[in-house]
Amino acid sequence: MSIDTETARRVAKLARIAVPDENLPKLAEDLSGILDFMEQLNEVDVDGVEPMTSVTPMRLKRREDVVTDGDQQPAVLANAPDAREGFFAVPKVVE
Amino acid sequence: MSELTKLTIADARDKLAAKEITAVELTQSCLDAIEAADALGAFVHKTPEVALDQAKAADARIASGTAAPMTGIPLGIKDLFCTKGVNSQAASAILDGFKPEYESTITQQLFDAGAVMLGKLNMDEFAMGSSNETSTYGNAVNPWRRGNDDTALTPGGSSGGSASAVSADLCLGATGTDTGGSIRQPAAFTGIVGLKPTYGRCSRWGVVAFASSLDQAGPMVKSVRDAAIMGAAMMGHDPKDSTSADLPVPDFEAMLTGDIKGKVIGIPKEYRMDGMPDEIETLWADGAAMLKDAGAELRDISLPHTKYALPAYYVIAPAEASSNLARYDGVRFGHRAKLSQGDGINEMYEKTRAEGFGPEVQRRVMIGTYVLSAGFYDAYYNRARKVRALIKKDFEDVFASGVDAILTPATPSAAFGLGEMADADPVQMYLNDVFTVTVNLAGLPGISVPTGVDRQGLPLGLQLIGQPWEEGDLLNTAYALETAAGFMEKPQRWW
Repeated sequence: MSIDTETARRVAKLARIAVPDENLPKLAEDLSGILDFMEQLNEVDVDGVEPMTSVTPMRLKRREDVVTDGDQQPAVLANAPDAREGFFAVPKVVE
Repeated sequence: MSELTKLTIADARDKLAAKEITAVELTQSCLDAIEAADALGAFVHKTPEVALDQAKAADARIASGTAAPMTGIPLGIKDLFCTKGVNSQAASAILDGFKPEYESTITQQLFDAGAVMLGKLNMDEFAMGSSNETSTYGNAVNPWRRGNDDTALTPGGSSGGSASAVSADLCLGATGTDTGGSIRQPAAFTGIVGLKPTYGRCSRWGVVAFASSLDQAGPMVKSVRDAAIMGAAMMGHDPKDSTSADLPVPDFEAMLTGDIKGKVIGIPKEYRMDGMPDEIETLWADGAAMLKDAGAELRDISLPHTKYALPAYYVIAPAEASSNLARYDGVRFGHRAKLSQGDGINEMYEKTRAEGFGPEVQRRVMIGTYVLSAGFYDAYYNRARKVRALIKKDFEDVFASGVDAILTPATPSAAFGLGEMADADPVQMYLNDVFTVTVNLAGLPGISVPTGVDRQGLPLGLQLIGQPWEEGDLLNTAYALETAAGFMEKPQRWW
């Protein structure tokens, strides 16, 4: 399995990481190397094996569906790069 | 430098209880040692005011007769743990200036027990690395050197700052986290003890997430006894972590009898790798002989899917990371890129993440994105999870056949030089985790114990792997190994 520069560009886009065009060939090469390493997994007979979903089999705990926390607007916004009037501020999303 | 910083947690606890020393004296000694050790790059945010306040409170608590075992013990905290009001950045530029409004469960438990925080410790960015070279703070450096050669060596990773600080006696213990070996490999590289508990033992709440099904915190300390003491203080059920186990935490220290007569120790043939250095081979054989002399039975075992652990890990961990790290978007916390005229929200995400994430983190997020993308999910991610189930079954079969613990090398080599792997392809660095990563995939407890030095004088460690939730038994076996090995070497101070 080899990743070409177009696939690298698409993956970067999906991951929302800006990668300059001149860096795409090296990125493609790095990703291909890692994926080649993963190809070994195809040697394993996994017929009838369930994918692991939980490290330790346990039933997730349940609790009453009630509000347990809240009223923490200043704390929630304290680390925001741009917070105004009690909201997170971002560039315009819709025209 | 004061001798106080060289104390183990157990000895300091006893001296504090006997009023031979005070927590303030002990803490001040550590703060002085830290001030003189900037060359190690271990402490990246120092918190002397917090430390002295906590130390005074600890002295008052000791005087009132209500001390817990960790009361007054000065610790370093890995930068991955959220500490209220104190920078917690996972060694990443994307969390530049992040000061959490809350405390991680583990640090809260340690503080409730009276422990003292000296500061935050260096690490690989988002715990992704095996050499502490991906940190936004710069490298942490190993206090150990190759004889008189002054080449700077890696303390390992990702908990490199924790390992360096404990090994150099800047603190009595440190928190670490282990996703593929990040406690055990740096412990082995620096001649200290590192325990990765069973998955679910320590709460993950407030610990910056890398790969949630693999991440587990644990103590990095100077002795097995200290691992028992500090480990117990870190563990316990937490309703805020849905995978936290609701099980009692035993008194591990009371279980350290050193008696391992009749215990069955498995020696897995698959861990005998081609090209493994003779010194590692010898270390392993010597360790096995020590356990046999102490009364254990050695048994050759097979863990047939070992070879596939690393490739499975490097599908699963990046997949989980790509999901976990989606939250770093420049909106709620940390860094946001400067935007150009006309940039919209997608440019904000893309520029922020390109500026904030280092190359290794970017690589892993993209690998994870790829293996989870439409058309590849089954081929990579689901296949890796099936292989993971087989790896876990390998261990279950061995334990069901009567094996109590498994002995392996902790690392395939001693500490290497900083920068020596710079030109290697990423997979070469990943091979550092070859002996440790199986344990994370299977969710088992593992401990790295220093048992010898190589011909250049660098420490080497062995790993013991235990049954789920049997940390007490595992620690006791490790205690027997530690006692037999009698590892006493310390790095010569050059910093």
